[in-house]
Amino acid sequence: MRAVDLILSGDPEILSITALSLSISGLGTLLSCVWSIPISAGLALRNFRGKRITKSLFNALIGIPTVALGLFLYLLLSRSGPLGYFQLLYTPWAIMIGQSILVTPIVVSFSTSALESVDPDLRSLARTLGASDLQTYEVIIKEGIWGVTLAVIAAFNRAFAELGVAMMLGGNIRNVTRVLTTAIALETSRGDIALSVALTLILLAITMSLSVVVNLIRRSGP
Amino acid sequence: MLIVLVVGGVALGIYGYSISGAPSRARLIVSTTTSLYETGFLDELKSKLESRYPAMNVSFISQGTGLAIQTAMRGDADMILVHDPAREYQFLKGGYGVNRKIVAYNFFVIVGPPEDPAGIRGMSSVDALKQIRSAGLEGNVVWVSRGDDSGTHSKEKSLWKVGRFDSAQLRKEAWYLEAGSGMTATLKLANEKCGYTLTDIGTYLLNFNNHNIELVKLVESGKNLLNVYSVIAGNPKNPNMTKANFEGSMQLIRYIVSDEGQGLFENFGVSKYGESLFKPYINLVKSQSDPELIRWIQDSAFFGGSECPQEFRYQAADLYSTQGPTSILLTCLLTGIEGRKAPTWIQLLKE
Amino acid sequence: MMPHIETVDITKEYDGLRALDHVRVRAELGQVTSIVGVNGAGKTTLLRILAGLDTPNSGKVLVQGHGVTPDQLRVHSTMVFPRNVMFGTSVYENVAYGLRINRNSNHDIPAKVTSALALVNLDGFEKRKARKLSSGEQRRVAIARALALERDVMLFDEPTANLDPANAMIIERAIKGSVRSRAILLSTHNLSQARRLSDRMIHLYRGRAVEEAEPSSFFSNPSSEATKLFIDGELQY
Repeated sequence: MRAVDLILSGDPEILSITALSLSISGLGTLLSCVWSIPISAGLALRNFRGKRITKSLFNALIGIPTVALGLFLYLLLSRSGPLGYFQLLYTPWAIMIGQSILVTPIVVSFSTSALESVDPDLRSLARTLGASDLQTYEVIIKEGIWGVTLAVIAAFNRAFAELGVAMMLGGNIRNVTRVLTTAIALETSRGDIALSVALTLILLAITMSLSVVVNLIRRSGP
Repeated sequence: MLIVLVVGGVALGIYGYSISGAPSRARLIVSTTTSLYETGFLDELKSKLESRYPAMNVSFISQGTGLAIQTAMRGDADMILVHDPAREYQFLKGGYGVNRKIVAYNFFVIVGPPEDPAGIRGMSSVDALKQIRSAGLEGNVVWVSRGDDSGTHSKEKSLWKVGRFDSAQLRKEAWYLEAGSGMTATLKLANEKCGYTLTDIGTYLLNFNNHNIELVKLVESGKNLLNVYSVIAGNPKNPNMTKANFEGSMQLIRYIVSDEGQGLFENFGVSKYGESLFKPYINLVKSQSDPELIRWIQDSAFFGGSECPQEFRYQAADLYSTQGPTSILLTCLLTGIEGRKAPTWIQLLKE
Repeated sequence: MMPHIETVDITKEYDGLRALDHVRVRAELGQVTSIVGVNGAGKTTLLRILAGLDTPNSGKVLVQGHGVTPDQLRVHSTMVFPRNVMFGTSVYENVAYGLRINRNSNHDIPAKVTSALALVNLDGFEKRKARKLSSGEQRRVAIARALALERDVMLFDEPTANLDPANAMIIERAIKGSVRSRAILLSTHNLSQARRLSDRMIHLYRGRAVEEAEPSSFFSNPSSEATKLFIDGELQY
C-alpha cells in the first residue's frame, strides 16, 4: 500500500513531521516535569490544609479537553492578549508550553501516588542519618523513580497524541508547527490520503508501544 | 538518570529549534482561505517568495475567511489573503487593514452528482439554487453548505439572497446540510451524500483529479459566480498590530502583484489540470483582453470606484495607478520624497 | 555527673491516646541505658523523640543541659529501627550515605565504612546489594550504618528482635564495644539482654517511667508493683 511505501522509503515530509512531533511533545513533557515533580513531592510528603482538595483537583484535570485548554491559551498568547508581547502564537514553543500544561496533572497525579507509596520508614531513615528536607526528598524520589518514570512516559504519550492544543496554538505550519496529529487532521483536507494514513500508522505505532512499555513497567516493577 | 534526561532534553531542544526555522529570519504570518491552501498554491508562493527574499519566513495559516479576518484583527496575523469583498471592506473600514490589492480571480461552480437529479445543468446560478431547493423540499436532493463563515460561504449566502431566500432560515430545513469545514471536507461530504454544493474551481479540480469525488460541474459561469481574491496588509497604526510585520506584508504584496507573482497564478495548475486554477487579475487589466470581465470584477469587488479607497492606503502610492493628473503629480513628488522610483509618464499614460 | 541527654516532662499523644505521660529519663555518656516494658508502653515513641524524629506535645529534651529542637537533636543522635530499612543500593552505599551527607571528606569515607562493617562482622560485604541480604545481615548493616556516624547519642529500637542467637551476639558485642564516649539507649523485650548490656534500666509502663535503676537492683528489688509483675511476666498493657 502506498502509505507503507512512503514510510519505508523514508519520505522526508514524514520524517520531519515525526521528528517535530517528538521534539515538541518531548520538550513539553520535560518542561512539565520541572514543576510537576517538585509539586508531587510536596503533595506526597507534606501536610497542609486543602491537601486533599488539591490532589482531587489535579486528578480531575487529567482529562481536560485539549481544545478547551488550547482556546484558553490562544487568548492568552494572542498578540492582542496579555502575553502577546512574546509573540508565541503559531510557533512550536506555543505548542510546547500548551502541552506541558496539559500533561501537568498526569505527571503530578501519577508521581504523587508513586511517592506516597514509598516506604515511610525510608523517610525516617534518611532523616535520622542526617538528611535535610531536600535530601530526604531526593531519597524518596529515587526510591519512587519507576513510578515517576511511568508518569513521564504516560504524560508524553498524551502530549504526543493530542490534537486540540497543537491545532489551536500551532496553525499547522509546514516544518514549523505541523505535527503528526495536526497533519493527519488537517492534511486530510488536502486529499492526500496516503500521507495521512502513513502518518496515522506512525502515530499509532509510537503511542501503542509506549502504552505497552508503561504496562510492562507497572506490572513487573523496578 | 537525571543527567540522561537533561542531556536528552537539551538535544531535543536544539533539534526542535533548528527544525523550526531559526527565527533569525523575519517572520510573516498570513491568514488565508482554505481554498488557496488546499490546492497547494500557497506552498509554491512561499517557496518562490522566500527564494527571492531569503530573509523572509512566511507562514500561511489557513482558516475560513471569517476566522482569517478575525485572526488578523487580533493582530495574530500580519496580513490577509481572502476572497470576501464585503468583509474586506469592513476590515478596511474598521481600521484593521491598509493597501488592499486585488490579485486573482476565478469562478465558483455549483457541482453535483453526475445524474443531476435536480436538473440544474446549464441554469443560471440563482435559478439553479431555487431548483435545488424545490427538489430538496420534495426530499430528492440535498445541498451542502460550507457553513463556516468562509468566503465561499459568504458567496453562497449572497446567491440565496439574490433569489430572495434567507439562508439563516434555509438552514432549518432538512435538505440543507452544513459541513462547518473547509472546501475539500465539504466536497467530500457532498460526494458522500450525492448532493449539490458551491465550490471554487481550484479545490474542485484538485479533488476531482485525485478521484476523491465524482461530483461534476453543473453551473459554472455568470457574473454571480465570480470569485475575487485580494490581499490586505495589517494596519501598522492599529493598536493591536504594533507587532505586525508591515514591511514583510508589503514585500509580499508587491511580489504578488509583480509580473513574477502574477505569473505564479498564471501557471499554477496548467500542467495538471489543463487550466490555471487562479487567474491573475493584474495581467488581465494590463492586457485588457476581456473588458466585460474586468467590469464584472470591479462591480463586485471595488469599493467606491477603487480597489482600495485613498484613505485606506498607507505608504504605498506606487501600488495604485488610477489617478487624475493632479494626483499623479502629487504621487511623483511624494514617491520622490520617500525615495522610491517614481512611475514614468509613459506607464501612467498607458493605464 | 550531668546527664548528656535527658527528657523533661515529655508528653506525647496520638489520636487522643497518651503514649508518653510526663516522662523523665536521662542517659549519660559512656553508659548503656535499656528501656523495657510491655508492647505499647511507649518505648518506640520515646526513642523517636530522642532521635528528633517526632515532636513531643509538651516537655523538652536537653542535651548537656541545653534545650534542643528536633532538628538539632538529629545532629546529636541517630536511631536504628526494629524493621530493617535498606536503601536500594549496595551495602557500601548504605553505610556511606550518612557519611556523605554529613560532609565527611571523600577520603575518609572508605575507611570508616570498612571499620563499621568490621564491627558487625560484615567484612567483604561492601558490594552486595543490601536488599538481597538475609534479615540478620540487613540488621547488621543498619547497625553499621549508625555506628559509622559516630554520633554521641545512639538509639536502638529492639536491635536483636527476630534474630538468631549468632546474629544477636554479634550485635550485642558491637553495641557494647562502641559505648566508649557515647550515650546509648536501647529498647528490648529480652530481659537477660538488658541485664547483660545495660548500666541502667528504665521500665516504661503506660507512658510513664515507673522504675529506674541499675540492673541488679532492678531485678532483685524493684520499687514499683508494675515492675514486679513485669519481671514475672504477668504484666499486661
